[in-house]
Amino acid sequence: MTDLAKPATRAAPSVDAPALARRYGAWIVTALVLAVLPKIFTSGSALTMMSLMGIMIVFALSYNMLLGQTGMLSFGHAVYYGLGGFLAVHAMNTFARDGLPIPVALVPLVGALSGLLFGIIFGAVSTRRGGTAFAMISLGLGELVGSSSLILRSFFGGEEGISTNRTKLFHVLGLTFGPQLQVYYLIAGWCLLSMIAMYALTCTPFGRMCNAVRDNPERAQFVGYNPQTVRFIAFCLSGLFAGIAGGLAAINFEIVNAGYVGAEQSGTVLLATFVGGVGNFIGPVLGAILVTYLQVMLSDVTEIWQLYFGLMFIGMVMFAPGGLAGLLMMHAPLWHARVLHRVLPAYLLALVPGLITLTGASLVIEMSYLLLVKASSGTAMTFLRVPFDAAGPLPWVVAAVLLVGGFWVFRRTWPVVADAWSDALGQARTRAPA
Amino acid sequence: MTATAVELTEVTKNFGRTEIIRGVSLAVAPRERHAVIGPNGAGKSTLFNLISGRLTPTAGKVRLNGEDITGLKPFEINRRGLSRSFQVTNIFPRLTVWENVRCAVLWSLGYKYSFWHDVDALPDVRRRTEEVLDEINLLDRRRMQAGVLAYADQRALEIGITIAGGAEIILLDEPTAGMSHVETDAAVALIRKVSEARTLIMIEHDMGVVFDLADRISVLVYGQIIASDTPARIKADPAVQQAYLGTAA
Repeated sequence: MTDLAKPATRAAPSVDAPALARRYGAWIVTALVLAVLPKIFTSGSALTMMSLMGIMIVFALSYNMLLGQTGMLSFGHAVYYGLGGFLAVHAMNTFARDGLPIPVALVPLVGALSGLLFGIIFGAVSTRRGGTAFAMISLGLGELVGSSSLILRSFFGGEEGISTNRTKLFHVLGLTFGPQLQVYYLIAGWCLLSMIAMYALTCTPFGRMCNAVRDNPERAQFVGYNPQTVRFIAFCLSGLFAGIAGGLAAINFEIVNAGYVGAEQSGTVLLATFVGGVGNFIGPVLGAILVTYLQVMLSDVTEIWQLYFGLMFIGMVMFAPGGLAGLLMMHAPLWHARVLHRVLPAYLLALVPGLITLTGASLVIEMSYLLLVKASSGTAMTFLRVPFDAAGPLPWVVAAVLLVGGFWVFRRTWPVVADAWSDALGQARTRAPA
Repeated sequence: MTATAVELTEVTKNFGRTEIIRGVSLAVAPRERHAVIGPNGAGKSTLFNLISGRLTPTAGKVRLNGEDITGLKPFEINRRGLSRSFQVTNIFPRLTVWENVRCAVLWSLGYKYSFWHDVDALPDVRRRTEEVLDEINLLDRRRMQAGVLAYADQRALEIGITIAGGAEIILLDEPTAGMSHVETDAAVALIRKVSEARTLIMIEHDMGVVFDLADRISVLVYGQIIASDTPARIKADPAVQQAYLGTAA
């Protein structure tokens, strides 16, 4: 009964400090984290990466309004991100040329309106049906916009795209948005606003009916709701937030090209959202952070980073369909019962041979790539800072030992992890009253 | 004031060349508890699908409180005050019990597609959801995921979702199917309670339940209603005995 009493106290006009903290605490902490991050990671590359993460968080959350909340698998979500970006970049050029008193900070609104507008246009076509039909239409629309971006040169700028200069816009409070730090705070502010808005949406009658339509569109009809309308509204609002992300990207990169609206960008947001976890609001945030980090870091380390990306995606789909957030939420009962520490030793035990296996696999992949694709430029290479000749037998023996031996040991740690898990869960169940 | 809550006039439904419903006319008065019985494959569920808008009749008219609703979409019919349950449990499996009922409450209280109300802070929605959960005895399981409920509880939730919107006319498709005796008794008590001051049409195989609950009974055989009368007269009708009760008993 306590749970029923709680909302009643919330509705009362009195100021209830703990209730306020429960409701807004997470957002206050998020705001503080966003504010101090540049003080901790001060390097230019860190600032750039955090800006990219902020954009990706908005984009991935907007995608999850479709996939996770409403059960719509879109293969063309970059259309709304990219068109938001293009219209934002054109708007910036117009504002700068005509000297309009509109600051950079408001440019994402142009992206938002563009995303909403194209969401309404394309949503009217594609949301009449759910499931496979929707997925196929989204793919078709993605291809349509992707190919027109190379044809309509005056608007999309062809291969080189459209560039702009954000510092030429109207300055407010002396903010030029020349330094990346100012851009970071602009993105962080919009990211926070968008996160709050998108979370709030999940707590509305509409947001709940999105979940109902995801679970059972037919039954939703028999409680008075038209699933087509629910899908359409979700699609339009999702386009709006994707447009914000596109506008932020236009400000950040000062250039928008055909790649923004293309299938690869659509694939990236799907991947980030899924890897993070579609079943939880925080999932796409985690996915956006991880995928952006890996995109930047891995592409420095290896030329075939997309291959590793694909492998990671397959691994997640097969073994952790709930994504990172799903894995974390799995541990929530252990955390609450204070028995999390009981599984950690087993995890560490499995981690070591697991990493060795991965190292072996990656060595095989890198050497194969060198010999099969780039043999003309020599067979010498370095892996983990060790130089060697990939044509010789020794590296292959080492790789095989790491891969096979590592996996042999790794496989033997699985029962240990399973035992530790069931022990801890059993303890959590007895300790926590249901 | 109209005389009938639900009225079917010469309704037929063909699937390809197969006639499933062959000219059904039926009138159910307001506040009547009406049972539809008949052998398997007689078209009882199809008849429900035609009334509730899941299927469109090939010919004929369906009227709700005198208004022609033939060919309307399920949600349009629901908004006019008709709600139904399903023979195969049809709930929102990943939502909690509480959310299942709440989703069924929202439209009737006028929140429609609102994306500006905080759904947890709506006192009328909360009150109505509590009432319904209390009525179907699932208040203590309200935080459970609907998909993991026990079968009888899922059937109760099915009825809860059906009545939550406060519809005047309720269609229940085999509400006690697959239940034990104890569960059936509880379900009958629940149906009796929720159908008070409402029009109820139910499909049911359990004759004990039918004769216990129904004011009138229609017998559907091969897509046609062969009799529609009070339980006592249905029992005595020789055509019914031959076509249905005789073979079933």
